[in-house]
Amino acid sequence: MSAMPPLLAVEGLTKSYGGIHAVRGVSFSLRAGEILALIGPNGAGKSTCFDMLNGQNKPDSGHVRLLGEEITGRKPREVWRLGVGRTFQITATFATMTVRENVQVALISHGKQLFNPFGSAPKFDRGEAGRLLELVGMGGYADRPCGELAYGDLKRLELAVALANQPKLLLMDEPTAGMAPRERVDLMRLTASIAREKSIGVLFTEHDMDVVFEHADRILVLNRGTLIAEGSPAEVRGNAQVQAVYLGEGLVYDARHREGAST
Amino acid sequence: MAFYVVQFLTGLASAASLFLVASGLSIIFGVTRIVNFAHGAFYMIGAYIAFTLTERLSGAFGFWGSIVLAALAVAVIGVIVEMVLLRRIYHAPELFQLLATFGLTLMVEDLVVLIWGPDDLVGRRAPGFRGAIDFFGQNIPSYDLFLIVLGPVVLGILWLLFQRTRWGVLVRAATQDRDMVAALGVNQKWLFTSVFAVGVFLAALGGALQIPRDAVHHAMDLRIIVEVFVVVVIGGLGSITGAFVAAVLVSELNAFGILIFPKISIILVFLVMAVVLIVRPWGLFGKPEAAARKTPGLTVNPWRPLTSNERLMALAALAVAASLPLFAGNYLLTVGSEIAIFVIFAVSLHFLMSVGGLASFGHAAYFGLGAYGVAFLAKMAGLPMIVCLLLGPLLGCMGAAVFGFFAVQLSGVYFAMLTLAFAQIVWSIAFQWVSVTGGDNGILGIWPEKWAASPSHFYWLSLGVAALVTIALRMMVFSPFGYALRATRDSLLRSEAVGINAKRIQWTAFVIAGTTAGIGGALFAYLKGSVFPDNLGISLSVDALVMVLLGGVETVSGAVIGAIVYKALNIWLVSQTDLSKLVLGGFIMLIVVVFPKGIVGMLEMLAQRRRKSSPPGSPLLAKPIESAE
Repeated sequence: MSAMPPLLAVEGLTKSYGGIHAVRGVSFSLRAGEILALIGPNGAGKSTCFDMLNGQNKPDSGHVRLLGEEITGRKPREVWRLGVGRTFQITATFATMTVRENVQVALISHGKQLFNPFGSAPKFDRGEAGRLLELVGMGGYADRPCGELAYGDLKRLELAVALANQPKLLLMDEPTAGMAPRERVDLMRLTASIAREKSIGVLFTEHDMDVVFEHADRILVLNRGTLIAEGSPAEVRGNAQVQAVYLGEGLVYDARHREGAST
Repeated sequence: MAFYVVQFLTGLASAASLFLVASGLSIIFGVTRIVNFAHGAFYMIGAYIAFTLTERLSGAFGFWGSIVLAALAVAVIGVIVEMVLLRRIYHAPELFQLLATFGLTLMVEDLVVLIWGPDDLVGRRAPGFRGAIDFFGQNIPSYDLFLIVLGPVVLGILWLLFQRTRWGVLVRAATQDRDMVAALGVNQKWLFTSVFAVGVFLAALGGALQIPRDAVHHAMDLRIIVEVFVVVVIGGLGSITGAFVAAVLVSELNAFGILIFPKISIILVFLVMAVVLIVRPWGLFGKPEAAARKTPGLTVNPWRPLTSNERLMALAALAVAASLPLFAGNYLLTVGSEIAIFVIFAVSLHFLMSVGGLASFGHAAYFGLGAYGVAFLAKMAGLPMIVCLLLGPLLGCMGAAVFGFFAVQLSGVYFAMLTLAFAQIVWSIAFQWVSVTGGDNGILGIWPEKWAASPSHFYWLSLGVAALVTIALRMMVFSPFGYALRATRDSLLRSEAVGINAKRIQWTAFVIAGTTAGIGGALFAYLKGSVFPDNLGISLSVDALVMVLLGGVETVSGAVIGAIVYKALNIWLVSQTDLSKLVLGGFIMLIVVVFPKGIVGMLEMLAQRRRKSSPPGSPLLAKPIESAE
């Protein structure tokens, strides 16, 4: 018997914009319950890569498989139905609705009640919505209008929304960007504990290296559209090439680094 | 063969004016992001002023001088409008901008009649282009040939203006990113004003150049603006080349459409527009629309269902309304029925606009289709009233299903323009297809049956249906579907990311709103005993928008109050003055500029302010205190 296919398998993902190769032949895989970080300098192709995973963007070539099933080029809403939740770099929430209503929309969609014109939405899965909000520490904010929330709270709300369909895979694009240092640690600890407990695979991009090295099981390093390194935090930290193109900035200011960057 | 060539050349000649107006609209939109509804009005004023000047100034020099002078004069009017009105609404939501410029259009229509009279004015022939040229036995007016040459020349001049001058560079930069241009120290105010002046100049020039071809009349503004909207939707808003190509395309389709479908030539244009929208929703030469920026300061209070006290109050209000026949006379009851019917119409648009975020500028199409549906069933099939009332709205439903499918592919101003164009198409069909719709004469003699014939009975019927419709739509706002619809309004990105098929949700809402409007139209046909093309005209669509706006766009059912107040005012106004459009237009601009939250919105805000100021501390703390009292 062959082993179970990995939760997420990415193979030869490629995307160009005109003459610019944003992403070139990226391949990796992700197991259930694993926390994988995708890092790289600005313009490395992280967001392009990310958007191709859940159908926000169509790859020129390559495959994305979820538990062996081909999901390349599917629409975001179809990918979501297969159990992939996602949060955005710049938060996207329903600004005129309350925090609870935001979660309820996701629950309504999960329950396939979107076209139900009768029934009472305020009562829809109220308990579950409350539980999800408690989980991300937003229980006390349920009745607040979403437009009034602080940025860090919006990020947590996005996490609750992403968890509403009991996903197998979470895609988090810079989950802690724009948050205070204290909040960053809290949010990632929370995400990690939920992922471990429910055996959800997590793929996230991140600029804050403290967050990455503390929480990621494995790290992928992207530079100019290609993967230049992959491994445990310790391995990646020790990788000379990674230091040269990325970690070197601000940490090691030596001649070797400058040579590396200019070639 | 020669006939077709001549037909083709006639089409090209018509394209010239259309291109001038459309390019002006496009340039203004590119920089200011305002779709200037009043563009047709400027076109019309251009024609009127040119008419007056050409009558005074003689000779070739006088004629051509008058044309240019007229366009310049209108450009000056445009500058005044920009400085007085538009500068106040650059940051308002699109809907408000469209409505304010529409208000201006209404005022201009009455002013024009006041100054030049209601009759068609036939202008002078252009000196040097009076005759016709013989083309294999067919005549081509030489003025047409002049226009055919003029179109590309203007395109060339505009191209040079934008590519070779400093001003043109600034305009192109502002079209891409006006905030950045402002950050680079460009005086944005004057850039906007000058762009608006140029755009208005082009519109007025287009109008002035029409006078040797067409009579000048006071309804030419709406006719041109609808064609222009079709042109920019096809060509792509913001693209001058697109405006040129689409103007030629639309004019040729009109020229040849008459040969293929002599009765309903506009169908051909519609079909082409539909194809373009499916293949390239942002038009042939346009760019995909950037995500609309959220307007700050317009966050909505979270909506909630009525509390039991509020429900009792609503019921009490309904009971008071139902007791009207006890003390009111027949005239008042008829007015009451009309108001109830407009409540239905207004809440249907409110559902689409406020809950779905889709501001339709052609909602009257579905109201009118419902009315025509009843007329067909009652007059041709001779069905009983109750059957007609139930089935008539289905015509509105079908219309909404077809047009809504295309309309929801777009959003924002494109959606508004497209719905307006659709409504105008339906209007044209009702107007042109005389053998079926009776054309301008309408369909007469649709009277209610005995059980509903007396004013009081009809009033109760209308009131009952209005109450049911309002309650049903309100419940739908708080249903799972309502949440999904609000979700698509708030964030398309997020709703797609939680598995919502936004287009289908919006399409469904469009059909629901269209059908509901059709119910209103069905009752309206019985109230008036007749249907006319005006029942699906633009002014009725705008009435609905104003009712929603007056009640409050951000409220759950403010449209009810908006409809009652507006309709009562309107009926009173028409009985008091001949210049109702002038007053109404001014009224619309006033609401947009100083009263954007509407009646119910204002009341809610006041109530909230009072609630906030009385108990100190956070709202979380305030709650237990309130309940303890």
